[in-house]
Amino acid sequence: MTASGLREPPAAKALLILAAVAYVAIMLLLPLGAVLFEALRHGWNAWWAAVVDPDARASIRLTLIVAAISVPLNTVFGIAAAWAIAKFHFRGKSALIAFIELPFSVSPVVSGLVFVLLFGAQGWFGPWLERHDIRIIFALPGLVLATLFVTFPFVARQLIPLMSAQGRADEEAALTLGASGWQTFWRVTLPNIKFGLLYGVLLCNARAMGEFGAVSVVSGHIRGETNTMPLQVEALYNDYDFVAAFAVASLLALLALVTLALKSALEWRYGDELRARH
Amino acid sequence: MSIRVEHVSKSFSAYPALNDVSLTFNDGEFVALLGPSGSGKTTLLRILAGLEVPEEGRVRFGERDVTGDKPASRGIGFVFQHYALFGHMTVEKNIAFGLDVMPRGPRPTKRDIGRRVEQLLGLVQLPGLGKRYPSQLSGGQRQRVALARALAREPRILLLDEPFGALDAKVRRELRVALRQIHDELGLTSIFVTHDQEEAFALADRVALLNQGRIEQFAAPAEMQSGPASAFVREFLD
Repeated sequence: MTASGLREPPAAKALLILAAVAYVAIMLLLPLGAVLFEALRHGWNAWWAAVVDPDARASIRLTLIVAAISVPLNTVFGIAAAWAIAKFHFRGKSALIAFIELPFSVSPVVSGLVFVLLFGAQGWFGPWLERHDIRIIFALPGLVLATLFVTFPFVARQLIPLMSAQGRADEEAALTLGASGWQTFWRVTLPNIKFGLLYGVLLCNARAMGEFGAVSVVSGHIRGETNTMPLQVEALYNDYDFVAAFAVASLLALLALVTLALKSALEWRYGDELRARH
Repeated sequence: MSIRVEHVSKSFSAYPALNDVSLTFNDGEFVALLGPSGSGKTTLLRILAGLEVPEEGRVRFGERDVTGDKPASRGIGFVFQHYALFGHMTVEKNIAFGLDVMPRGPRPTKRDIGRRVEQLLGLVQLPGLGKRYPSQLSGGQRQRVALARALAREPRILLLDEPFGALDAKVRRELRVALRQIHDELGLTSIFVTHDQEEAFALADRVALLNQGRIEQFAAPAEMQSGPASAFVREFLD
């Protein structure tokens, strides 16, 4: 039976569509609009002044640095893990998949606390780190570690189903044709997964830049030094500096919109590629 | 090139896929590995290719022991059931792949590679389709491209895993004839896996019938039909 053959009453159909649209408008579009509205409440000049404020600029720089370190690391790890899981049989494979997904089910605050417990002044390795004058908590390494933990699954989860579906035949064909392992990876495996990989990296980056809970625990909230953009938004908001808070928040919202646009573009391209393959 | 399989055994998580198999394929022979699914025929082919490593026994190509050699250094061509063409490369690039990945020293020049690709496209009767992508070809055409790609480095041994399995009856017959011609023309030693008795008997000089990881009989089609070596052979041929 086709969808039109279902013959639901037109009123029910209209009601369902209306409910969905209203929900999206109230829950998603309204807050987004509010952020932009508040950010620009006192005009473009006030917005610009808030964005180029030294502490705001420092938070933007820090967010970019954290993302620039953690996204490539989790990309490499994600490819390696997905490759191992999709193309080989080994004991404990389902356990590995479950562990990769762990960060999704753990509260981000806990993810941050784990690192305080390990590397904080009172933590397991705290005294040793202090003796050697290495700072992890309340410094860049802690922020990177917390972000790595939280964004761990994005690339791997995107690639595992894709690489499993593709199987090993292409790689085996390359090997029988005389390609080395590296040649097989660069010329066959990577082109086969490139759109799925881009998609995963994009989501990973969005989360890395937007993460609040985990980095909040390890940051120490030193303005101009260890505040990332989401933390800077909170700090400004607590100061009742609403225009500045919403101005920085609007940059994060912009990032979300750019991610969404790129993601849609990729889905469009990527779907095409998948159709062409079969 | 002749191939000797000596006492080869291989098991996958407890159940034996091959159990003390010994066979000799003569130089220039066209052999079918025939048997029901799970009989070990594909495992045997993959061991010949180096895609699987036997737990026991040796494999020799001519006098050379290749048991531990990687697929790349065996001088074989391999054709997969579902073609395994590289979807992001044109037909030309697919066929040239084996030559493109060679180290700079022995690698032919771009022009020589181009000429070789043209020649191979002619051999598999697909002239002029070099610029297409695999997704723009029919199943039969794709398998011809896969065949051309496997032959690019001039292997002496051609291994085919259910090469006609995904094709319809008419295309299958055409491709069979083409494959046999190419085999004879290039003087290859070819081994193909099939579960289709009619296909094995129509195409092969000799047929190895496998069952539960063992060779039931290895003989020419006529001989197998007139003197089945076991009850299983007799039943399978019915």
